[in-house]
Amino acid sequence: MSLSLLIADYRGTKLHALRSLLSVTLYPLQSLASLPVDFYQSLSTTMISFVELQKENQRLKETQLINDARLLKLAALEKENIRLRVLLENSFQLGEQVLVAELLSVKLAPYEHTVVVNKGSRFGIHTQQPVLDANGIVGQVIRVLPNSAEVMLITDPGHAIPVEVNRNGLRTIAFGSGQSNRLHLPFLANNADIVPGDLLVTSGLGGGFPAGYPVAVVDKFEARPDKSFATIYATPKAQLETSREFLIVWSDSTPVELGNQQSAPVAVDHSGKAHVQP
Amino acid sequence: MSNPNSSLVFVYFMATIAVAMILRVMSVSPILDQLNPDWIALVLVYWTMAFPERFGVFTACFVGLLTDVLTGRLLGQYALIYSLIAYFSVKEHRRLRQFPLLQQSLFVFYFLLLAKIIVFGMESLQAGNRLSLSFWYPVFSGILAWPVVFWLLRYLRVVARLA
Repeated sequence: MSLSLLIADYRGTKLHALRSLLSVTLYPLQSLASLPVDFYQSLSTTMISFVELQKENQRLKETQLINDARLLKLAALEKENIRLRVLLENSFQLGEQVLVAELLSVKLAPYEHTVVVNKGSRFGIHTQQPVLDANGIVGQVIRVLPNSAEVMLITDPGHAIPVEVNRNGLRTIAFGSGQSNRLHLPFLANNADIVPGDLLVTSGLGGGFPAGYPVAVVDKFEARPDKSFATIYATPKAQLETSREFLIVWSDSTPVELGNQQSAPVAVDHSGKAHVQP
Repeated sequence: MSNPNSSLVFVYFMATIAVAMILRVMSVSPILDQLNPDWIALVLVYWTMAFPERFGVFTACFVGLLTDVLTGRLLGQYALIYSLIAYFSVKEHRRLRQFPLLQQSLFVFYFLLLAKIIVFGMESLQAGNRLSLSFWYPVFSGILAWPVVFWLLRYLRVVARLA
């Protein structure tokens, strides 16, 4: 009986209803298991001293100011980018919507890099959604239950993510290494233009992850003349071990219509110059 | 069996299994997580040994199904494992009861090793991940945890005056 269950679950998705049903009864247990760590966290934030709070507040205000200024510039850049893409006639826009999910302090299997977050299909989460934190890509949703979702981290040995080097657009794939804080880039040749310190961002190929989010920083490049590929390791940007709040992203790359109102003058200008109609 | 405390036994069984499940998924620190033994298996072994006529393969199978959902494995993986463990535990319950703790621990070691070997097979079949050596640590920490589980549950049984 168990064996037939196993095969059914491996092959198809019919057993998802059963799993959801059982998971509802088990959710209180998961919350309970997560309680001690949550309690410790809240205790440590309560016990923080007034001076430290003041300092933190000051610091946060400063970063807020800097970020606001950057955002102003970003808005202008985004407009410009759309205008330029219209010129190139291959425009697309990333409409992204995010949901904040909190980590449950539970460990499903110590040999896997998966975490559980406290939002599930009741919030409309579906599998293969990308998950971010404040610094970069965290992983993707691999299973959704009514009250929780399982997220596979990018460091899991079974995880691969299409990336490109931010500096020159060199595309490759980053694999999880099984160690925390380490990614492995096995498919780059010995003469590839990549150096330690290069930022890897998502390339958006494959459709799973939206393009342009930071993934990792290359920290080791070792050419191996006797092999066809170099040994390259990278450290994830996201705080995989310490983050407690994650962003789950809905991204859809629907093309922007060419020549919409904002960029119309430019487009007209361009077409006027390009084709001189009789 | 119209034993008056038979439903009480069931309540205690469910409660201890629930506690074991909480311990199973609790995450304290990365090192302790790697050493976290399979508490559910230990508790199951105790109850099937103490009440072989009440808790058997089917109970174990159901608990295993819950464990699968809890830990996000393929449905049926732990159902299979716990059914096997319960089968051997029920079959050998007379001998197990007579053994001193040390020898019991050895039996429990066999059970946990069996469980781990099946998990290893399943995981390798699915993804072909190279599992590190720390995958096997819980088998050994399980032997150390067994006396604690045994004493606690026996104490519970004596206090609650279960048959």
